[in-house]
Amino acid sequence: MNDDLDDLKSQLADAIPAPDAKRRAANIALATKNFADLQGSRNQPRPMFRKQIWTRTKTMLNTLTSRGGLTATTAIVACGFMFVTPQGQQLLRGTQPAIDLPTANHELTAVAGNTLQDDARTERVAPSPIAPVEAEINDFAARQEMLALEALQAPQLQTRTQRETFAADVSDSLVAPAADNVQPRLLPEPNTETFANHTPHPLKITSEDPVSTFSIDVDTAAYSIVRSSLTAGQMPNPDAVRIEELINYFPYDYTAPDTENGGAHPFQPTVNVFETPWNADTQLVHIGIQGELPAVEDRPPLNLVFLIDTSGSMNQPNKLPLLRQSFRLMLDNLRPEDEVAIVTYAGSSTIALAPTAAGDRSTILAALTALTAGGSTNGQGGLEQAYALAEQMAEGNDVSRVILATDGDFNVGLSDPRGLETYIEDKRETGTYLSVLGFGRGNLQDATMQALAQNGNGTAAYIDTLSEAQKVLVDNLTGALFPIANDVKIQVEFNPATVAEYRLIGYETRALNREDFNNDAVDAGELGAGHSVTAIYEVTPTGSPAQLSDPLRYQAAETATDSDELGFLRLRYKTPGEGTSQLIETPFETLGAPDTEAAFSAAIAGFGQLLRDDTYLGNWTYEDAISLANANRGPDPFGYRTEAVQLMRLAQSLSN
Amino acid sequence: MRMKTSDEDLALAAQNGDEQAFASLLARQYDRLFRLCFRLTGTQHDAEDLTQDICAALPAKLASYKRQSKLTTWLYRVAVNAAHDRRRKHASHTKAADGWGDWEINRQAVLSETADRADWLITAMNALSDDLRDTLALVLDDMTHAEAADILGISEGTVSWRLSEARKYLKSLKEKEDV
Repeated sequence: MNDDLDDLKSQLADAIPAPDAKRRAANIALATKNFADLQGSRNQPRPMFRKQIWTRTKTMLNTLTSRGGLTATTAIVACGFMFVTPQGQQLLRGTQPAIDLPTANHELTAVAGNTLQDDARTERVAPSPIAPVEAEINDFAARQEMLALEALQAPQLQTRTQRETFAADVSDSLVAPAADNVQPRLLPEPNTETFANHTPHPLKITSEDPVSTFSIDVDTAAYSIVRSSLTAGQMPNPDAVRIEELINYFPYDYTAPDTENGGAHPFQPTVNVFETPWNADTQLVHIGIQGELPAVEDRPPLNLVFLIDTSGSMNQPNKLPLLRQSFRLMLDNLRPEDEVAIVTYAGSSTIALAPTAAGDRSTILAALTALTAGGSTNGQGGLEQAYALAEQMAEGNDVSRVILATDGDFNVGLSDPRGLETYIEDKRETGTYLSVLGFGRGNLQDATMQALAQNGNGTAAYIDTLSEAQKVLVDNLTGALFPIANDVKIQVEFNPATVAEYRLIGYETRALNREDFNNDAVDAGELGAGHSVTAIYEVTPTGSPAQLSDPLRYQAAETATDSDELGFLRLRYKTPGEGTSQLIETPFETLGAPDTEAAFSAAIAGFGQLLRDDTYLGNWTYEDAISLANANRGPDPFGYRTEAVQLMRLAQSLSN
Repeated sequence: MRMKTSDEDLALAAQNGDEQAFASLLARQYDRLFRLCFRLTGTQHDAEDLTQDICAALPAKLASYKRQSKLTTWLYRVAVNAAHDRRRKHASHTKAADGWGDWEINRQAVLSETADRADWLITAMNALSDDLRDTLALVLDDMTHAEAADILGISEGTVSWRLSEARKYLKSLKEKEDV
């Protein structure tokens, strides 16, 4: 049978003509030109149709069926007859009421109604123009792709002819020329979200680069953003996926430090080494850090300055109203000696509530309720005022914190994240903490939020639902508001005798230089009371078949030790209020079995890589992530892990 | 140096905006792509047009390329999808032209007959259903059954079945002609 095919093949090979050289050159030139255009134009608006009077009339005429048209014209004639001819006048005034008039009129309204409805539908299709800021590149590329070849279902293109004209013309330029009566117009890309992320950590070869240094990250914003994308039926932007934030969203039950019995440090690291779920030949080094949970009664009084964005864009149900409800929830958990102030910022910033004791609920609630959205956004003016207020409120050993709630826009004043960063860094020295809460989607400036939280001794969370507000502001109130260790840095040195290659999963935005570890001036993440932080390395033991790099021929492998340890973990942190750091050191070696907590975090790490970049996952799929997470849900009193499994399922169906 | 870089590396470089990489990648793949397009469409003219479509959209499509798959596999998938779209477009055009009356259809039939008599095999391939033809076009390009299955998004068994169907059909056609 195969001979048949070979025959066919040789016959066909003779039959195939050589490509036309001229067309070949032209096609390649076209592709190169499109390529160049695309490089410069990813941020540009995409072409859209704009309805004109003539198009509308045409649509109306097209949608008029002959039956409807007949009824309408008959009705017009009938009306004309009624009003213009003497007989009609007589009928109207007269003794005999017109029987067919109401029916005719009714039909007419029905037809008009249909046309109206139709207009309304087409109106909705074209998005309203919004100033272009930074188009989301991936999204844009995806749309381009839709326009260009495959997608014949682009919703905004209505008739097949229009669509085809369009698809063909994309090849020449991004703007389709006027065809027929359809005038395409440039409408800006409405989605202006930006995300902070870097390329995933590459695989490192232990003999060349044995030390890995990073700062802890207790933010949870990435997980909420992923969730909000998935529940809206879209795969999240890969840049929105910061794997460490996905992992650290969940509370883990690691061994807590035994401070009462003379434990020196406010947190305790646990290292666990086990087989990688997605690769039997590598191992995961799982580093869990559990912060102590001081007795809640002992906590110092809190000074909270809510800095609330009341710009026009906040006027959406999932923004200002959700924010109000969230803060109301939080208020119930404050103690009478805590103090609350509210600064709002739009075009200018105002103090909506002077420092008030948390016991005075009615005043605070009234101020919250009175908040209205309108105007533009001057982020920095508000920040300055909030920090000034926080400093004014500070006394004794109070913990002062500015809580910034925004949908992400800082479009008036100092909007360059780096300018803000320097400002916040200065303010960090005053001891005031900063939490950034993101609300709403579509314009979320994740990069700015991250820059603020990372430089201002704080955390960033994204609040998409009231239950997320409950988690961030109520369940984790103590952890979110009371730091137990500042500038926590992790440094791991791997032993080249036992580990050939290693790779840190996540923490891309938190990488530190090797020398930064001992430099107390370099900022790092804060650990809140009761918080747990997880970091996972995938390591390839020497001699494992999974090793991706080959040994060098001309350089002797210099292994100075014959120790069995896999590596050496160093942690540095500062006790809040102190300037010098303390050191925790521990070697790790054992290959054990993962406990529920570690296995669940591994499942989330895998899930994050599936969403982001699955280069190292082999054939591991969502299915595997789901079963691993399901098997390790543990007690899960708040249902977070159950929710994660649901998200994995969603992602699984959406990715197909 | 460049000539030795793998297709996949070139594609990744192109994704990051390297125009040089994109140009050399396309130059390298063009002839092979054209030959596949020819097998998919059957006439030189259509093949040139289809290749043009693909070239025009390739820069934008490139964003969807991922390192895991071989570049040729990915490119063939793009080509097969583009051929599908073209056929669909063509079909709706034919449908729209239906109203022109039988004389037009007859005229077109005569035209296409004379044009296609040139090569038996191509005519025979044209007579195959689109599915069978796509499969055959891929396998005739030294694709393994597994790769063809991956490109078409069907199972390997289906590929084998389609091939045997195509073979059966071509055989019967040949026998008819020999008689």
